[in-house]
Amino acid sequence: MLDWIQNHQQIIYIVLLMVFLGIEVIGRVPSVLHTPLMSGANAIHGVVIIGAIIVMGKAEPDNYLALLLGFLAVILGALNVAGGFVVTDRMLEMFKQKKSK
Amino acid sequence: MELSLLTIIYLVAAVTFILGLKMLSSPASARKGNLIAAFGMVLAILGTIFFYRDEEGKVLHNYLWIFGGLAIGSGAGWVAARKVKMTAMPELVSLFNGMGGACAALISLIEFNHLSHSAGNLSAVSGGTLLIIFLGLIIGSISFAGSVVAWGKLNGRIKDFSFKGQHWINFIILALVVFLVAFILISRPETSGMLFYAVLFLSLLYGFFFVMPIGGADMPVVISLLNSFTGVAAASGGFLYDNKAMLTGGILVGAAGTLLTILMCKAMNRSIFNVLVGNFGGGAAAATGAAAGGARAVKEITASDLAINLNYSKSVVVVPGYGLAVAQAQKTVKELEDVLEANGVEVRYAIHPVAGRMPGHMNVLLAEANVPYPKLVDLEEANEMLAQADVVLVLGANDVVNPAAKDDPTSPIYGMPVLEVWNAKLVVVVKRSMGAGYAGIENPLFFHDRTKMLFGDAKKVLQDLVNEVKAL
Repeated sequence: MLDWIQNHQQIIYIVLLMVFLGIEVIGRVPSVLHTPLMSGANAIHGVVIIGAIIVMGKAEPDNYLALLLGFLAVILGALNVAGGFVVTDRMLEMFKQKKSK
Repeated sequence: MELSLLTIIYLVAAVTFILGLKMLSSPASARKGNLIAAFGMVLAILGTIFFYRDEEGKVLHNYLWIFGGLAIGSGAGWVAARKVKMTAMPELVSLFNGMGGACAALISLIEFNHLSHSAGNLSAVSGGTLLIIFLGLIIGSISFAGSVVAWGKLNGRIKDFSFKGQHWINFIILALVVFLVAFILISRPETSGMLFYAVLFLSLLYGFFFVMPIGGADMPVVISLLNSFTGVAAASGGFLYDNKAMLTGGILVGAAGTLLTILMCKAMNRSIFNVLVGNFGGGAAAATGAAAGGARAVKEITASDLAINLNYSKSVVVVPGYGLAVAQAQKTVKELEDVLEANGVEVRYAIHPVAGRMPGHMNVLLAEANVPYPKLVDLEEANEMLAQADVVLVLGANDVVNPAAKDDPTSPIYGMPVLEVWNAKLVVVVKRSMGAGYAGIENPLFFHDRTKMLFGDAKKVLQDLVNEVKAL
């Protein structure tokens, strides 16, 4: 376990910094933007699709279970990413109309 | 060469995520921020497909599967997001969040199978790696099951459901999960495979039971919390593959999502604990409230009477709620505003931070109808304004104008800041029926001396009002 921490210390530092950055970066959000912000953050955690792509791309072509599950993971991840960004954009579209007025 | 290119791509992607999130928290830059993050995401996805090399320097294969999945998923996501009605957006966000969680859980599942097959048994795998796999599995599954329940609750397919001692059952399930994981990590039994599926099943069960008793009105908070869960699940994938883009994006969302959840609770003047554990809108309080309310009579007003009242008042305040969103009446309410303003009546909107199904729901809705931003007034300012108002028009809002939150300590929403509409000279509540609001509690406002009811669909009522005012 200690070895593991030693080997991953770079990553652990990133985690620590990102925790503080994540809190800092949205600290002053007005309540009007809570929903679009949540939706945007929802789209960003769609990065999980990278993991799905790697898993899919590494699967042996005769391991049907891995292929099938990986395929499903890629579909779900893509849904999260594409749907998330598009729905956020639609929410924000309405703010823009107001601005132009 | 390819690998260092990928490193740079991930670096750019991480910056776009941070920048995107930052820009999303200010109205002027929000839309651009979303696009920037989306651009970074596309870059990271394409970079991974073409430049990724595993430990032995091999490229990825199964391109047909990858592109097929990408096409199906993003196609379906795109269409769903484009077609969804304004009112249904929150539940769609919940569903997308669940998909992300399921994706993270599937990755853990595949990796676990891979490790236990290639290593023969699990004893060769380091504890840290196994723990990360379990973390992705558990958090991803909870997020998936919980998000699906939240989605069902928001669109009315799933009703609130709780039983006595449910919190204990939840606790036991969670304890069992922790115990199983610790057992596998420490003793690496032969039956790890089966136990792994037991953990998966229990996590799904936990997600289900976790969200089930929470009232529909609190779903935004729950979705935000599950959103940050999925972020952490995604980050565990980043740990697994030493992938900085996944790690950055995931943890960033995990942290920001947690803070956002707390901010949302604050807007309702409640603690997270209260939202998650305090069964809202359940049994006893609602039943007694309804019984007491049934004995009292409400006063009704006709559209033409109201039109006269509106036309000859100085200041009118509109309190929009979910009913307005359901009736898609935002354009009609703007029309009413225009005809009244033409006759010299000042029309403003009092926006409760949690009116509708999501914080900011009403702002988005009214912005769509081109209601000028300065006309939307925040809670505190609105309460001063409401005392001066001649007529307050409550359009499909209920819990956010409930006086019980101020003066009835037995009410489940006691302590929540509300719009004090009853201070105005006349309150007219436009509602489809006498049914309770989303929190499932009776509203004494309807029986208030200065309250009159106008039953009907918000859009139709408003259209009638517009016609009546024009005819005056």
